[in-house]
Amino acid sequence: MGPCIRTGHQSGSLNNKEPPVTVTAPLTYRSTPSPLHATLLAGTVPLFLGGLLSDIAYFQTYQIQWSNFAAWLIAGGLVFCGLALLFALVNLLRAERKAGRPALYFLLLLVTWVLGLVNAFEHAKDAWATMPWGLVLSVIVTLLSCATTWVGLTNLRSGGAK
Amino acid sequence: MKHASALSVISMALFLSACGGEADSTLVRGPDPKLPEPQRGLLPSMKIAEPVAWGDQKPTVPEGFSVTAIATDLNIPRQTLVLPNGDILIAEGRGGSAAKLKPKDVIASLIKAEGNTKVKSGNRLTLLRDADGDGTYELKTVFADNLNAPYGLAFVDGKLYVANQDALVRFDYEEGQTKASGPPTKVTDLPSQINHHWTKSLAASPDGRFLYVGIGSNSNIGERGMEVEVDRALVWQVDAETGAHKPYATGLRNPTALTIQPESGQLWAVVNERDELGPDLVPDYLTSVREGEFYGWPYSYWGQNVDSRAQPQNPAKVAAAIKPDYSLGSHVAALGVDFSIPEMGEKYADGVFVGEHGSWNRDNPVGYKVIFVPFTDGRPSGEPLDFATGFRGTDGKTRGRPVGVTVDPRGALIIADDLANIVWRVTRNR
Repeated sequence: MGPCIRTGHQSGSLNNKEPPVTVTAPLTYRSTPSPLHATLLAGTVPLFLGGLLSDIAYFQTYQIQWSNFAAWLIAGGLVFCGLALLFALVNLLRAERKAGRPALYFLLLLVTWVLGLVNAFEHAKDAWATMPWGLVLSVIVTLLSCATTWVGLTNLRSGGAK
Repeated sequence: MKHASALSVISMALFLSACGGEADSTLVRGPDPKLPEPQRGLLPSMKIAEPVAWGDQKPTVPEGFSVTAIATDLNIPRQTLVLPNGDILIAEGRGGSAAKLKPKDVIASLIKAEGNTKVKSGNRLTLLRDADGDGTYELKTVFADNLNAPYGLAFVDGKLYVANQDALVRFDYEEGQTKASGPPTKVTDLPSQINHHWTKSLAASPDGRFLYVGIGSNSNIGERGMEVEVDRALVWQVDAETGAHKPYATGLRNPTALTIQPESGQLWAVVNERDELGPDLVPDYLTSVREGEFYGWPYSYWGQNVDSRAQPQNPAKVAAAIKPDYSLGSHVAALGVDFSIPEMGEKYADGVFVGEHGSWNRDNPVGYKVIFVPFTDGRPSGEPLDFATGFRGTDGKTRGRPVGVTVDPRGALIIADDLANIVWRVTRNR
């Protein structure tokens, strides 16, 4: 998915004691998500993070509106995450080497979405029944979405030169 | 329930499947119900029995009784009232405009709507008359309209009181009237913000001095915030003359019907208790409403059983909570209550009839019938008896849902059915 960016990596060390040698490093193909895919993926972070912060606010104040905010933010996170998951699946199917990055990215995103769904059900409980598991799950899902976004935005492909 | 998973909700929503067999556990009914531990899986149980028309069928009533549909094609009949001349008034309507606050509210309301009538709110009172006493109510006419989701009805001292969802109003009444002489006079406004539980139940003290208005909570268990629970989940005592009011008893989550015990003048209520603590919690109940007492909601249920979902907790209130008199079983949704009279026959002479609308959040549906709770020495005693059944058939389909029950002094029970939009009359065979 997305354009392949050809980047020349310079490897080898530059040692002042030796004459500089230009080394032609093996070229790696870094594949990054398309703008839509990237937006959906990165969008999960503020949504799940917003849910977490709202949960913390509810935990500290008993003000129910925070719990409502959390429920909607998590639902929004699930929509973004679910659509990104479709992109990740297509990416996985189209990857020549499925092991490594494409599989890791897909699986991380899948786990994020599933736990996010469990968290959404947890937030469908009334009043304080969302606590403490809603808060715990929000922490986990937020961390997962950060990690997944990092992985996904860095590179969608495995291996070095083609 | 824990294994119900998303699939069962989906299948329930799509196919409305239902398997027969209603297991009424006797352990959970009566004065001292056995309460299980609270439980809540990832998804709450929801089971709506598929509505179908009655067709040729009728509710099943005990031997020696017959049942007739005395009015059909109503616009959501809820509570009924028998006037001194035998005319019957029917309050028709649907209220509530509670905002959907969470994604869950959106989904749950779609599912629950499957089990309710699609008819629009009548917002009126319909009058039925059987002039020749042959059991056929040949006159059906609108007594008053442009009301706002009328529910509770009371007649005392020549005046007709109607509890709309936002106000208690009064009509002057002359015997034989078939149409109100004008718009009603407001006695007092009633709490109507949000109106999560919108029904305002009503009873009048025998001397006509006071009216009692049941006002339901604005949430299941405080999930709309406690700010919106001011003047909710209680029974008001209203001065009929001035409209001045005060809380008469509190902590009653949703007092859906009120009635006065004839001999003692004591106020009784049926109350719908909280959801999402499992299929056998918390029992809906029948209770005498004792002045100044607190019945638990939201902090605790059935006495001192703390509900941890209500936070911050209030230990002083929990300690003060009293137990109701008689459990009707969890989720039966009792919406009607009235005291019987000797004319109903020996077996049903002393006690109350209770209309049970039926559950929507229990795998094995309960309610969907009218029961009789026998009394001895002015107190409920013994097992309840089924009086009118068949509202939910063994085929898992729902033909009707009982709401208000009213004892006709001529020896009959009037049952409002808000799913089929019918009013039934159960009479003793002579």
